[in-house]
Amino acid sequence: MDSKLEFLRGTLDVLILKALMWGPLHGYAIADLIRRQSDDALLLEEGTLYPALWRLENKGLLAAEWGLSENNRKAKFYRLTPDGRKQLRSEVKTWEAYAAAVAKVLGASQPPLPEEIG
Amino acid sequence: MKPTPLWRRYARLFGPDPEADVRDELRFHLECKIDELVRHGLSPEQARREAARGFGDMRALMQIGRRMGEKMERRKRLADYWTDAVQDLRYTFRTLRRDRSFAAVCVVILALAIGANVAVFSVVNTLLLRPLPFPDSNRLVWIAPPPSPCGISCATFSADAYEEFRAMNRTYQDVTGYEAFTTPDNLRLTGHGDPLPATSIMVIGNFFRVLGVKPAIGRLFTPEQASPGPHPVALLTDAYWRRQFDADPAIVGKAIDMSGTQTTIVGVLPPSFDFGAVFSPGAKVDLFTPLDLEKERNWGNIVTLIGRLKPGVTIPQALDDGNRVAPDIYQSVKRPETKGQYKDAFIPVRLKDYVTGKLRRSLIALWSAVGVVLLIACVNLSNLLLARAAARGREFAVRGALGAGRGRIVRQLLMESFVLSGAGAVLGLGLAMTLITWLAHQTSVALPLLSTLRIDTRALGWTVLVALAAAFLFGLIPGLKIASGNLQEALKDSGPGAGVGRKHQRIRSVLVVTEVALACMLLVSAGLLLRSFLKVLDVDLGFEPDHAASIQVDYDESGKTPEEAGANRMAVFGRIIERINAVPGVEAAGIVDFLPLGPNREWDTPWPQGKKPTEREWPDPLVYVVTPGFVRAMGMRLQGRDFTWADGPRGERVVLINASAARIYWPGEDAVGKILMRGDEKNHEVDRVVGVVNDVHEESVEASTGAQIYYPASQQTPDWAQLVVRTKLPPASLAPSILRALRELNPRQPAAEFRPIRTIVDHAVSPRRFFMLLVGAFAVLGLVLATLGIYGVISYSVTQQAQEIGVRMALGAGAGRIQRDVLFNTLRLATAGIILGSFASMASARLISSLLFVTSPWDSRVYAAMALLLAGVALLSGYLPARRASRIDPLRALRVQ
Repeated sequence: MDSKLEFLRGTLDVLILKALMWGPLHGYAIADLIRRQSDDALLLEEGTLYPALWRLENKGLLAAEWGLSENNRKAKFYRLTPDGRKQLRSEVKTWEAYAAAVAKVLGASQPPLPEEIG
Repeated sequence: MKPTPLWRRYARLFGPDPEADVRDELRFHLECKIDELVRHGLSPEQARREAARGFGDMRALMQIGRRMGEKMERRKRLADYWTDAVQDLRYTFRTLRRDRSFAAVCVVILALAIGANVAVFSVVNTLLLRPLPFPDSNRLVWIAPPPSPCGISCATFSADAYEEFRAMNRTYQDVTGYEAFTTPDNLRLTGHGDPLPATSIMVIGNFFRVLGVKPAIGRLFTPEQASPGPHPVALLTDAYWRRQFDADPAIVGKAIDMSGTQTTIVGVLPPSFDFGAVFSPGAKVDLFTPLDLEKERNWGNIVTLIGRLKPGVTIPQALDDGNRVAPDIYQSVKRPETKGQYKDAFIPVRLKDYVTGKLRRSLIALWSAVGVVLLIACVNLSNLLLARAAARGREFAVRGALGAGRGRIVRQLLMESFVLSGAGAVLGLGLAMTLITWLAHQTSVALPLLSTLRIDTRALGWTVLVALAAAFLFGLIPGLKIASGNLQEALKDSGPGAGVGRKHQRIRSVLVVTEVALACMLLVSAGLLLRSFLKVLDVDLGFEPDHAASIQVDYDESGKTPEEAGANRMAVFGRIIERINAVPGVEAAGIVDFLPLGPNREWDTPWPQGKKPTEREWPDPLVYVVTPGFVRAMGMRLQGRDFTWADGPRGERVVLINASAARIYWPGEDAVGKILMRGDEKNHEVDRVVGVVNDVHEESVEASTGAQIYYPASQQTPDWAQLVVRTKLPPASLAPSILRALRELNPRQPAAEFRPIRTIVDHAVSPRRFFMLLVGAFAVLGLVLATLGIYGVISYSVTQQAQEIGVRMALGAGAGRIQRDVLFNTLRLATAGIILGSFASMASARLISSLLFVTSPWDSRVYAAMALLLAGVALLSGYLPARRASRIDPLRALRVQ
C-alpha cells in the first residue's frame, strides 16, 4: 500500500467521468474500475468518492437511476449525461496539456535559453 | 445493470426520500466491499471493520448525501412545476384560440375596465400622490388667510407686509410671491409684424430660487434686476420661447419690444416648469418679469405669499411663527393705523394641498367609480367563464379521468384568467395612454397639474396589480366551482339540462344581480352628479354669458394729473365704444377692467352716509371700473341709471352697487340716490349710488357672492380694459371686424383673442363637468356590462331549457306565454338588482353628498329615473332570448336528446 498516490485536487472528477465512459456503473464499480485501471496505484476512499458523485449529479454531469446489480442487489447506477460527456472531453484535454507541460519541466536537463527581446 | 422488476419500481411509493436513498446506496457499497474482503480470506468481523474504514465518519457522509439529495429534489420539483405551467399556458392559448369570440369579448371588457382604472389612477397619482414638480416640494407652503367673500384681494399681501414678514419670521428659509392681479394677454409684443398679445406674470425676484426652478438657458433674475431700473428684463417660458422665437438658442441677451419697452431676455425656463399647471389651472403664461416692490408699495394687497420652510419645521410651528409676527406687521409702514391688519392672515398650507386639496373628494369618488366598474367587469367575466366552464364540464371530466388532479384543473382555469387579464391589461394600458395624452392637452379643463399627466412607473405597477387582482377575482369562483363539482358526475351527464347546469345557473343569477346592483349604484351617483351639474348651469350668474364676447384692448392714457388722464382715457374709450357700436351686428359695448370668474380686486371699505365707519364690520366690496354701456353689454339687470358719458372726472362722484351691497348698507330701503363714504371719518370721499345691479358671480359659479361696487372709468383708474360686446352673431364671425375697428383707432392693438363670455363660464365649471362626464361614462360602461351579463344568463338559460320549453309548447303553451315567462325571469333578476342597488346607492350617495350642488343625495327623481332606465335596458336585453325561446320548434327540441 506504499505505492498509494494522493489524489491531486481536481483529478477525481475527471477520473469518475472517465470511468463512466463505457456505460452506467454504481459507486463500488467506479472505485473498482479506477483501482484496477491504475494497477492499484489509485485507491479511492468512499468518504471522497460519494460526495464527488453527488456533486457531479447535482451539477447535471451525471444522472442516477436505481437498478439491480450483478448480484441482484438494489444499487444506484450513475451514467454520463451529454453535459458530462462534454465536460469529460474538455477536462481530458486540459489534463493532457498540463501533464505534458509538467513533464517537460521535470524532464529538463538544462536551464532554458535566454528569451530574445524585441 | 439489469432491468428493474416491477415490484421494485414502487420502492418510493410515498414520494422521494433522499435520506433512504443515501442509506441504501452506501449500504450496497459496504456489502460489496465486505463480500470482496471475505473472498480474500478475511473473517467477516475483520472484513466489516476494514470495509468501514474507507467511509470515514459514516454519519457525516450520510448527512452530506441527504442535503445534496434534498437540494436536487427541490430543483426537480420546480422544474416540473415550470414544465406543467408552460404546458398549461400552451393549452390555454390553444383553447382560447378555439374560442376566439369568447376570448375577444373577455379581453375587450377587461381592457375597458383596466384602461379606465389606469387612466384614473394616473390622474389621482398626478394630482394627489405625486409631489409637486419642485425639489423638496413638501417644504413649500402657500401663505394666506382662509377664503373670504372679498376674493383674492383678501388672500394677498402688500409689498410692505411681504418685506416685513420675510424679515421677521424665523421658520421660513425664504418667502416669495407673485403679483396676483394679472389678466391674460396683458402685454403687446411688437417687432414681428402685427402686434401680438402676450401674457406675463410679475414675480418677486427670488421666486424661482425659492421654488427651486433652474433656467434651461441663461440665468434667473439677479438681485439688482429684481428692482428694475432702466433695464427691464424678462424670463421666457419654454413654450413661448419655442412658439414665438423658434427655440433660438442665442435668445439670451437679446431685447424684445414688450408694450413699448425694450426688454432684455435673461433666460429661458425649463419645459418642466408650468406656472399655470400649479398656480392657475388652464392659464398659459408666456414670460415673467421682476415685480417692482417700490412701485407697488402704495397699491395695497398685491402679492400672494409662497414660502419655503426651513428643514424640519412643521406647519403648526410655522403657523405659530406667523401668528407671533402678524400683530407687528403694517399694511403700509407710512400709515400707522394699518399695523396688525394681517392678524390671523399668515396661515401656511402645504402648496400641494392648496393646489389640489379641493379636488381630493372628487378624485376619491372618481377612483371608487372606476373600482366599481372593474368589479362589474370581474363579475361579468366570472359569469362568462362559468357559462364556458359548464359547457366544458365533460372536457374537465375527461382530463380528470386521465389523471389531472383537481389542483391542476383549477390552476388551468386560473391560468386562463391570467392570460385573459394580461391581454386585457396590455390593451387597457394602450387605452389609458391614449386617454391620458388626450387629457394632458385639455387646456379648457381648469384642473391643476393636468398638463403634467403621464403614465409613470407607479401607474405601470398599478396596471399589473389591477390585472392580477382582476384575474383572481373573476377566475376564482369558476375555478372553485369546477373543482368542487363531481367530475364523474359530469362525465356521466349527457349534457345540458342536468343538475350541475342548474347549480351553475343559480350562481350565475346571483352574479348578475350583483352586477345590476353595482351598475345601479354607479348610475345613481352619476345621475346625482349630472343633476348637480345642471343645477350649476342653471345658476343665475348675474349676467348673460351667451351672445357676448370680450377682447383685451390696448390704450394710451397719458396725462399730467389724474383728472387729465381720466379725460384722455374717457375720450379714447368713448371713441372705441362709438366705433364698435357702429360695427354691424353689435348690440351693446362697454369696457371693464376685471371680467367675472377671473381675478378680482378690492381696495377699501366704504360705509353709508349717516353711519359710522366703526359702527360694524363693513364689507370690502370687490371693485370694477367700467364705462357706460358695460352693464348692458354684460346683460346685467339694473335698477336706477347706468353711468353716462356726462359723468366726467370733475363731475359728481357716482357708483353702482350690487344688490347684496345695497342690502348691507341700506337694509329694506332703496339704495338709489344714497351716499357712500370712503376713507376715514375726517378725510373722506363721497360717492352717490346712481344704480343697483344684480349680484354677479365673481369668484365661482357655485359660491354665493358678496358686496360689489362699480366705478366709472372717468373717475377711477382701471387696471386694464376688457371690451365686452353683446351681439347675436357668432363671436368668431364678428372677431375680424372688431379687431379691424380697434386697429383703425390704435394700430398697436394686438391680435388678442375675441373670447366668448360663455367660455369663461365653461372654464369655471369645467372641473365639475370633467368629473361628471367621467363618472357618467363609467356608469354607462357599467350599464352596458350589466346588460351584457343579463343577456348572457337569460340567453344561456333559454338554451338549457330548450327541451322543457319544447315540451311545454307541445302541450299547448303559446309563443306569447313563453316569451312572457322569459321576460318575467329577466325582470325578476333586474328588480332584485335594482332593489339591492338602491340601498347601496343610498350609502354611496352619502359619500358623495359634499360633491353635490343643491341636490339632495336622496333625490327621489334620480333614483326613480335610474331604476326605470335599468329595468328598461334589462327588458331590452331579455327580449332577444325571449324571442328565440318563443320560436323554438318543439319537435326539434325534443329530438335533440
